[in-house]
Order: sequence, then C-alpha cells, then structure tokens
Amino acid sequence: MHFQLAWRNVWRNPRRTTVILIAVIIGVWSMIFLNSLSRGFLVDLEENGIATLTGHIQILAPRYHQDPVVDNRIEQTAEVRRLLQAELPPGSVWAARVCVNAIASNARHSSGVTLVGIEPDKEARLSFIGGAVSRGEYLAPDDDIGILVGQALLDKFETKLGNKLVLMSQDTGRQIGSRAFRIRGVFRTQLEFTEKQYVFVVLPAAQKMLKMDGAVSQYAVLLPDSEMVDTVAGRLQQAAPDDLEVWTWKELLPLVKAYLGMMDGFIFIWNLVVFVAMGFGLVNTVLMAVYERMREFGLLKALGMRPGRILQDVLIEGFYLLSLGLVIGNVLGFVSVWALAQTGIDLSAVAAGSEYFGISRVVYPVLAAKDVIMADVTVFVLGLLVSAYPALKAARFTPVEALGRT
Amino acid sequence: MSIDRKMAWRNIWRNPRRSILTICAIVFACTLLIFMLSLQFGSYDTMIDFTVRIHTGYLQIQAKDYQKDREIRHVVPKPGKVGDVLADIPEVESFTYRANAFALVSSAERTYGVLVIGIVPEREAHVSTLESMIRQGEYLTPEDGTGALVGKMLADNLKVGVGDELVVLGQGRDGSVAATVLNVRGIFASGQEDFDRSSIHMPLSTFQDVFSMRGAVHEVVIMGRSLDNLAAVKHDVYEQVRDLANHHSLVVLDWKELMPGLYQGIQMDLVSGFIFYLFLIVVVAFSILNTFLMAILERTKEFGVMMAMGTTPGRLIRVLLMESMSMTLIGIGAGIVCGILLTGYFQVHGITFPDAGEILQKFGIPDRIYPQLSWLSITIGPAAVFVITFFTALYPALKVRRLRPVEALGHA
Repeated sequence: MHFQLAWRNVWRNPRRTTVILIAVIIGVWSMIFLNSLSRGFLVDLEENGIATLTGHIQILAPRYHQDPVVDNRIEQTAEVRRLLQAELPPGSVWAARVCVNAIASNARHSSGVTLVGIEPDKEARLSFIGGAVSRGEYLAPDDDIGILVGQALLDKFETKLGNKLVLMSQDTGRQIGSRAFRIRGVFRTQLEFTEKQYVFVVLPAAQKMLKMDGAVSQYAVLLPDSEMVDTVAGRLQQAAPDDLEVWTWKELLPLVKAYLGMMDGFIFIWNLVVFVAMGFGLVNTVLMAVYERMREFGLLKALGMRPGRILQDVLIEGFYLLSLGLVIGNVLGFVSVWALAQTGIDLSAVAAGSEYFGISRVVYPVLAAKDVIMADVTVFVLGLLVSAYPALKAARFTPVEALGRT
Repeated sequence: MSIDRKMAWRNIWRNPRRSILTICAIVFACTLLIFMLSLQFGSYDTMIDFTVRIHTGYLQIQAKDYQKDREIRHVVPKPGKVGDVLADIPEVESFTYRANAFALVSSAERTYGVLVIGIVPEREAHVSTLESMIRQGEYLTPEDGTGALVGKMLADNLKVGVGDELVVLGQGRDGSVAATVLNVRGIFASGQEDFDRSSIHMPLSTFQDVFSMRGAVHEVVIMGRSLDNLAAVKHDVYEQVRDLANHHSLVVLDWKELMPGLYQGIQMDLVSGFIFYLFLIVVVAFSILNTFLMAILERTKEFGVMMAMGTTPGRLIRVLLMESMSMTLIGIGAGIVCGILLTGYFQVHGITFPDAGEILQKFGIPDRIYPQLSWLSITIGPAAVFVITFFTALYPALKVRRLRPVEALGHA
C-alpha cells in the first residue's frame, strides 16, 4: 500500500514531476554519454599503444628499455621460446623482434627511423602491421630484401613502391651496418607519427645486417584477454632466465596508464558535479511536494501514523522519481552511444590535434560497465540521501501546527 | 523602487528556502564554470608558453616550403637583411637565427641519428629558455666554435659527458658530405622527452660552414612582447619584410602554424570542455525550472485577481521575469565572487594532480597547474548560465498569457 500511495503522490502534480524527471534524465543521460566518450578516447589511446608494437607483455634484455640498442639483446632465444610455449595461456600470440634505431636514406633524403625485424606470419596477428598494408604486399617470411614503410615516410622521401631504401645502424661490432632494401609494401595507420617512424623487414634480414647472430631485441606477447596481463607477467617473471626482464604494457606506456588513472578520477568527479546540479532541483521539488501536503501529514499523524512511516513514504516517492529517471536516462544513454558508435566521431578536421594527443582520426564511444554503474550508483545513493532532508522535515511536522495551516 | 520591482522582490522571499536552493544551484554552476575555464586557459597558456620558448618562438620567417618538408635546401638566404628590418619593429622583442639538419652523431661507443640545430648563442638566450635548461657544464659562448649542447637523454644514450667529443656526419645543403668534430660543452634537460632525446645544438657559424649553408639559415625566430596582439605583430612583420619575402619566397608563420598539433589539441580540448559544460548548464536549468514554474502555478488565483483589477498580461510577465531573473542575477553575482575566490586561491597555490606528472611533462607543464583568471574565463560561464536560465524562465512566464481571469479566480 505504501508503494501505491507513494506512486500516486508522485503523479499528483504531473507537470512538476515531469520537469524534475527531465532534469534527472538529462543528468543521467549526459553522464553515461560523456563517460562513454571519455572512455572511447582512452580505449583508443590504449589500443593504439598496444597495437603499435607494444603488445601486452614484452620480454627484454636488461637496460634495453632505457637504451634500445643492439648491445642490449637477448641471446638465449631457445630458452625464451620454451618458456613462452609453456607459460602462456591458450590463444596468446607471441613473436620475436629486432627493434633498434636506424637511419633510412635514399638519393635525396635521410631520416631517423625505428628498424623492426619481424616474423611476418606471427607479427600479423600481434600488432597493427598485419592489417595496415594499403598498397603492395605484406612481407613473406623468406623475403630477405623487402621492406614495409609508412605512407607518410614514402611521401617524405618522394619515392614509390619498388624503389630502394638504404638502412644504416650500429651493429654488434660497433661498426655501421648498412643494407639496401626494396619497398615491398606501404602501410597506413591512424597516427602519422607511426607511419614516419617504423620500417619493417624480416627478422633474419635485420639480424644479418646488425650481425646479431640469431639474437633478438625483444619478445612481444598479446594475450587473449587484457585482464590477464598482471598474472601472466608475474608467472613469466618467475620462470624467466635471471638476466631477462618482463615488462607489461602499463610499464612500457606509463603515459597511457597515467591517463587511465586520471580519467577514472575525472569521470567520478564529473558525475558528482552533474549530480549536485540536479540535486538542488531534486531537493526543491520533493520539498515543495512535502510542504504542499503539510495538512495531510498533520492529519495522518493525528490519526496515529508514526514519523518513521512518513519518512519512509516520502523516501519511496524519491525512490520512484530516481528509478524512473535512471531507467529512462540509461535507455537514452545506451541508444545515443549506440547511434554514435555506428559512425564514430570524426576528428579529421583537427587531425594534427588528435595526433598530438596520440588518438585516432575516428574515435568510437565505449560503454564500459563500470562507468555506467558508477553513474547510476552515484545518482541513486546520493539522490536518496538528499531526499532524506525533505522527508525528515515531513516526519517532524507536529499535527496541531500542520493542521492549522491552510 | 517601482511597484513592479518591489512585487518581484517580495515574491522571491515568499518561500525563502526554495529561492535559496535555486540560487545555490546557479552559484554552484557559475563557480564551477569559472574555475574550470580558468584552469583550462591557465594550462593552455603554460603549454603555449613552454612550446613557444623551447621550440617555435611567437613567429618565424622561413622559406615557403620549409615547414612542410623540413628540407635543408629550403633556406632563408640572407638572414642579416631580415634581421636589419626586424630590429626596427618595436613589437619585436628579440629574434634569432636557426638552422637545422638531420645527421648521424657518434660518440666513442654509440651512433644516433639526431636533429642538429645551429644557434646564435647570445641571441638564442633572449629568445628561448635553452640557457636556463643547462644541467651540467655551460651554455655556449660566442667565441666557442666547436661546442655542442646535448639533450640529457641523448647524452645518456651516447654515453658522453661534458668535455667528450662527438662526430657529426650528415649531408650539406649542396649534397656534399658534412662532417665535423664537436666537444660537449653542456647538457640540457627541458623535461620534454622527445626534445631531450633527439637534438643537439651547435654554433650557427660552424653549422653554416660544415653544412655548406653559404650564410643561409632555416628559421628566423621572433619573440614579441605578448601573445595577445600576435595577429597585429604578425601583420606588421609581414608588411616590413614583404619586399624581401617576395624576392626570396619567404613566409611569416605564427606558433599556431608552426605547431598545428598543439593548437588543434587545445581547440579539441576546449570544444569537448564546452560540450560537458553545456550539459551541466542544461541540467541546472531543468533543476531550477520547477521553482519558476511553481512560483506561477501556486499563484494562479492571485494572478486572476490582478488581471480582474486590470493588470495586463504583459505587466505580469514582466514582474515574473523580474522575479526569476533577480534570482538568477543574485546567483550569478555570488557565483562570480565564489568562482574568483576559489580560482584565485589556486592561482596562487597551484593544483597538483597525483600520478599526472608524466602527462603534464609531455605537454610541458611543470608539476603544478595554475588556473588563470581572465575576463574571458570569468564571463563566459555566467553569461551562458544567464542566457539559458532566461529561456527557462520565459516558458512559465509566457503561460500567464493564456490565463483567463474568471477561470483563474475559480482555481482552488
């Protein structure tokens, strides 16, 4: 009966209820919508980072991370391969790479690049390069002289598919190793920086050029589920040869991790801000509803209703208001995020700006359960809390005084 | 006080609790908006200032295609002539010349490909913050022909310290081999990794010899007195160097063109900020709409009486708008005061963000952010609140037009 009573009370003044409902709905909707935008940017940043040759976990020689040169290389490759085969969960992808700074040059231009020697078939499932070749072909495993370059580098060097490109880098004997490669394919990525920075050759070609004698710079691992990173990394660290280091993407990309941490805080604070904005209206509306019915509460009390029941009734009204607002707000939020997810947000008008932040030219909103829950819980719990103020007022009306009011 | 105004004022205080809550909502929105916008503007200023002072200057004069291609052959051929003109422009505070080339730099143990920047030490000191970033050793002196300043991370990677030798090997302007030996004179740290990892500075005169520049440079870097009138200064500089510029196909670029990433990044941040704020203001508007609405619905009978006595609907609407807008204005006034106080406090003390050090460093912000109050940051938020609240108040007020005295009087 209490619930029925409260429900009817909510709709006694439909216009007023509708107005405050709209405030709650817009609030909740904007929280969910904006949270999913922020989350979308972050996920994009994270995915770009992981796909751009980071992977989830890397096994590195000591000091390689600070100083990525051939001197810091992994020679015990057989051991690491055994380790990875034994310890990685099914569905994981891993590959060896040579990854060092080099100079690329042709007749007219030269520029600093990162030379990446890859195992083409494994790498295709591991990083962005597998799906990024837009012209020409991807590397075949035995393609000893082929090289993949980014579109931006190709333009900068004023060259074309099939032309030669010379790479130079310091080899293990401290001499400058150099080799000519033929441009086999051109890749495009979301970030121009990536297109300018990385060039890919097959692993044996890189090893030969740098006189690495079968050694590699790193092993990169992509897990089937990013939640497993810390446990798997822990297991690998335990079992890895003593002089090798295991790094997770969170350590390799501290900037991205810091963004993630900051964004969580920011989303929470913004939810609070929006709540406060609607909270004033909520209190006001419930307060009005209570004061209008002062006589009624007085009568109920005179008839012997206990203050606790009155408190409860008013809170149930608040509960209905909030629940209704939350449900509609959530539905609107989901629908609008879904609609936006069909096209994504096109940032190509400010491409240089998105590049500056390290995000793609088209960003998609991402609905994360934890963001939705955080928004809903914030509104619901705090909403009930602030409705307690008018509810307490109503519970405290004294019958005589209240009945005396018109 | 006219009778209308008196009525409006008294109406507000008929239900003080409700009015105060409504005003609070407005105060909250205004305070928050002032603070957030000041914070955004403040961090943009820091980012721009940092970038301008280590990289671009306010303005640069370059060859037409240099910004796009960064090719050694796109030069400013007679920098001295440009300098003579610049020296006579009062808004130009200082200027310097730079030349850049990509080259291999080797120490005894390591070789890296880096950006080699030729600078005029005594001029550079007035334009950029390079001198103050020296952490070990010394800044270059004008007599020093073979000194080099090396970024901290690059020095670590090359395994060199002050006094060590570096071999530079590159390609000159005419395609010839450019090679020389430099001595590490100082090591600098800007805090921005990319810069500290990938560049060395050397004296411009030596650079010009080694890279066969024949007296040419790539950039004439100009600092003005303030960023506020940048467009005017740019125009002035352009007017003054136009003849020279046309002759050698030079262009004048400002920092927005030199660092489009930073500029568009700021625009993106600003736009996304505005979207957030707009939602907030709309929520506030609906939050207070009920107050305005109730103030009218409760008093239907009263309006009936007033209309029966000859008050025109227009006058009623005026009184009602006066009532709601007075509340808004009180809220906005108090919000501005609170916003200024809150922001002012942090403007002095700065705000630290836990775990954000690296992010801030990437954008050139030291460990604290200082919000910056300005006319713009103080007025934009409250103005938006005012406009949206006005339209919110208009809806209930206009309802009065449809009121008929007889019906209204019959209203319970």
